[in-house]
Amino acid sequence: MINKPHVDWFALSPTLALIGASGLLLLVSVLAPKRTRKPLAATIAGAAFLTALVFAIALTDKSAHGAAIVADAIFRDRWTGLAQVLIAGCGLVAVLISYGERWREEHVGEYYALLTAAGAGLVFFVSASNLMTLFLGLEWFSIALYVLCAIDIHLVGSLEAGLKYLIIGAIGSATLLFGSALVYGATGSLGFDQIAAGTHAHSGLLVGGLAMVIVGLAFKTSAAPFHMWTPDVYQGAPTPVTAFMAAATKVGALVVTARILVTAFPSEQHLWTWALAGIAIASLVVGNIAALAQRNVKRLLAYSSVSHAGFMLFAIAAANTLGARSLMYYLIPYCAMSLGAFAVVAARERELGAPVTLENLAGFGWDRPFLGVAMWVFMLGFLGFPLTGGFWGKIYVFSAVYQHGWWWLIVVGVVATMVSAVYYLAIVRSMFLRDSVELALAPVGGAPSREVALSIGVAACLVVTVGSFFAVQPLIDAAHAASRALPF
Amino acid sequence: MNTWLTTFLIFLPMVGAALVWLTPFSKHMAGAVATLVALLEVALWVIAVERFNFATGDLQFEQQHAWFRDLGSSYHVGQFGFSLWLIGLTVIAGAAATAYAWWAGRERARAYFGLMLFLTGSVVGVFAAQDLLLFYAFFEAMLIPLYVLIGVWGGAGRLGATIKFVVYTVAGSLLMLAAIIVYGLQQNTFDLTQAMTSGNRWLFLGFAIAFAVKAPLFPFHGWLPDAYRESPPEVAALLSGVISKAAAYGFLRIAIAQFPEPAHHFRTLILALATIGLVYGSLLAFRAPDIRGVIAYSSLGQMGLITLGLFATNELGYDGAVLQMVNHGLISVSLFLLAGMVERRTATGEFALLGGMAKGRPALATVLMIVGMMALAVPLSSAFAGEFLILAGVFQHGWGWAAVGAIAIVLGAMYSLRLISAVLHREQGSAVSDAALDLRRAELAIIVPLILLLLVLSAWPDAITGHSFGHGGLVAGIQAAFQAVAK
Repeated sequence: MINKPHVDWFALSPTLALIGASGLLLLVSVLAPKRTRKPLAATIAGAAFLTALVFAIALTDKSAHGAAIVADAIFRDRWTGLAQVLIAGCGLVAVLISYGERWREEHVGEYYALLTAAGAGLVFFVSASNLMTLFLGLEWFSIALYVLCAIDIHLVGSLEAGLKYLIIGAIGSATLLFGSALVYGATGSLGFDQIAAGTHAHSGLLVGGLAMVIVGLAFKTSAAPFHMWTPDVYQGAPTPVTAFMAAATKVGALVVTARILVTAFPSEQHLWTWALAGIAIASLVVGNIAALAQRNVKRLLAYSSVSHAGFMLFAIAAANTLGARSLMYYLIPYCAMSLGAFAVVAARERELGAPVTLENLAGFGWDRPFLGVAMWVFMLGFLGFPLTGGFWGKIYVFSAVYQHGWWWLIVVGVVATMVSAVYYLAIVRSMFLRDSVELALAPVGGAPSREVALSIGVAACLVVTVGSFFAVQPLIDAAHAASRALPF
Repeated sequence: MNTWLTTFLIFLPMVGAALVWLTPFSKHMAGAVATLVALLEVALWVIAVERFNFATGDLQFEQQHAWFRDLGSSYHVGQFGFSLWLIGLTVIAGAAATAYAWWAGRERARAYFGLMLFLTGSVVGVFAAQDLLLFYAFFEAMLIPLYVLIGVWGGAGRLGATIKFVVYTVAGSLLMLAAIIVYGLQQNTFDLTQAMTSGNRWLFLGFAIAFAVKAPLFPFHGWLPDAYRESPPEVAALLSGVISKAAAYGFLRIAIAQFPEPAHHFRTLILALATIGLVYGSLLAFRAPDIRGVIAYSSLGQMGLITLGLFATNELGYDGAVLQMVNHGLISVSLFLLAGMVERRTATGEFALLGGMAKGRPALATVLMIVGMMALAVPLSSAFAGEFLILAGVFQHGWGWAAVGAIAIVLGAMYSLRLISAVLHREQGSAVSDAALDLRRAELAIIVPLILLLLVLSAWPDAITGHSFGHGGLVAGIQAAFQAVAK
């Protein structure tokens, strides 16, 4: 007779909504007639993410006192809740961006099924409270993403992206798993809280395990030097998938990194703060310098996401409650900017029928004023300019590291930002300072900029990016509530 | 009403910008609406002057709203006497520039005029912000429209010019951002009215370099010639007339007021750089081959002079610097607009191709002559008053500064006269055709009010020098801090 744990169904509701929709979507892809398949599948996926969003918001609201539930497998607290809100929001926008993509009809149901499955995995992943659920969640969303990257099988780049992601992702997962085993060996427990309670002396086993856990998660964060898959995969994957990965995966990986380090390894803090600071600096250096050389916009944004991983790792490395708050806050405009930027790239890609480069963005801002201005705002946001939440995000992260006593990290961050100005403004320059006539570009394939779903998605991202500048305090309050769940 | 006045001044142009962007106006209509908004802004400023109490040196029209409580940052705006004058300069120059752009007929009018209004609003915000992060937000916000205004509507070399301009200014302002964060966290507030003074020299340098780039001061002026040459004339007018003053304002309001000890420590260095900039800029202006080159480099010299006045750190110097900021703003806006008007007629600003334009063009000759005379600071002009005060102020730190400054003023006369004669006199240049018209009525309507203002200031410089700081308040605090440091 096995003891059944008490199951808090409400805490699992975002995951269940998404995984349920995933199953339903698989049925749709078989049963629904070809004509209605695409709108039906997209509607179901959108509804699923919306439901998950609502559940996650309710869950955040009703989880003021954090607790580990379901036999200590997952956390129900606001840190998890807010991350789930973000992921569900990302998924919703990703569905909007995906709708206009010219999927081959037979894959459209499966695409949305995998997208919701990846969402479910991420939503589960951020709630993990022991090494087992952590790994389960990681593999769950990763496997869905491997397939999503390769779903456009007629595109060589897509296949290559999927394969590359699979192999390197598998190395990351294996590292994480190995690390978890070492940690378990050192402490005899899997739960984050118990690991913290069980460690007193520094054992080599534990430190080795910790290092491997950090590395395994850094693969998913795409922080340097574990970022090598990022440019190829971001470039090769279908753009809506890239958008979802750049935003939601980053939320998941960073939120979990902060959680596990703070909750399970407080006694090793002096080690992992330095390790993360090192990884963060490497990410800033690699991301920013490599981005300078890119002509392909997706690749450029991929390196930019590496450098932003660096900024957000600063927040975790600060190891204080201000850092946790700034991470949560930073993620909000960051997700919006990433999704929005890739959405604009997707729009241009559909218009041209070719990969988007700095050259063929020329004149885009004047031809498609809404998308152009939106892209401009996203780039300024990445750069940390005022009128976008990126501005507060950077300042907040810098405040956190300053509070930790690392003023020199501010200098590193500032220099990195200076360098990043060159390539973010290069995009603005292409869009507005050059004329499309100059390059004699002929748009192909009708007028996809009138695509309503994508425009709604971009508008939503725009609202969040700009709104998080003006309404910063309410968002900080939410981040503040979330960070209280972490034991600082 | 009074508490909202500053906020209205900041956001009226911004709302106007949104209106121009979003409403499908025709090209002509967009210019008309933007000019109307800019004139309303001037009217609003006149109301502010009328209600301002010049007797006290305290912050007025103050408004504060919680914004980012977590970091101790708030929406806090207000005006001192001198900020009121600088805001006045901004709105008047903004109106002149917008009206000129309307008359000149810019392509992609809605985007253009929206950006001009947005720029005006953000510069007003810089002069009004009393919270460091808000100040930084406006300071950076100025860059957004400038980048596009130069990059899209500029001359042939505009791409290079924008890159240089952006790299310099972003580098400078990010140093300032680092300084702001550290300073604000040390003080536990970003509010300038609550933060204590600090003795941290690194923080001072972070601010000082950012302002030195923006002004620009020697040796941070690398972006200046390209940006001033490649911009549309009305944007160059705002850049040199107004935006450079944001830097000078920053020196006074932040670098000097909040960091008296470091300002005292670095004073000789900054005075030296300012003097070098003054002489070097004036020499380059004398050697420049085109109209815009002369104005650009003379701006470098004049910003050096203004900095000289500010870092004299006495009331003569401050009064002179504020007066000279307004003077130079009005003069350089007029000169750039005149340069634009000449270039429209001849398609060039090269002195080698110009000349003899006075013949048959009395209005142009008169206007350019008057502005040129103002620029060379003939006695009885407001520029003379400003320069005299600055030199008198800096004299207290050694006669050498004042002597070199006086020599540079002679150089000022040389380049101004050279500009006047190269455009108006000599043989008729090859680019000047007889068909080139005299100034049109619309052009006169833009330029004459600026000249009238300069004449008023010449007759009554005390309007500014006597109404900038009042009793007590900011400058009294600065002087007390400096006396404490000097002991």
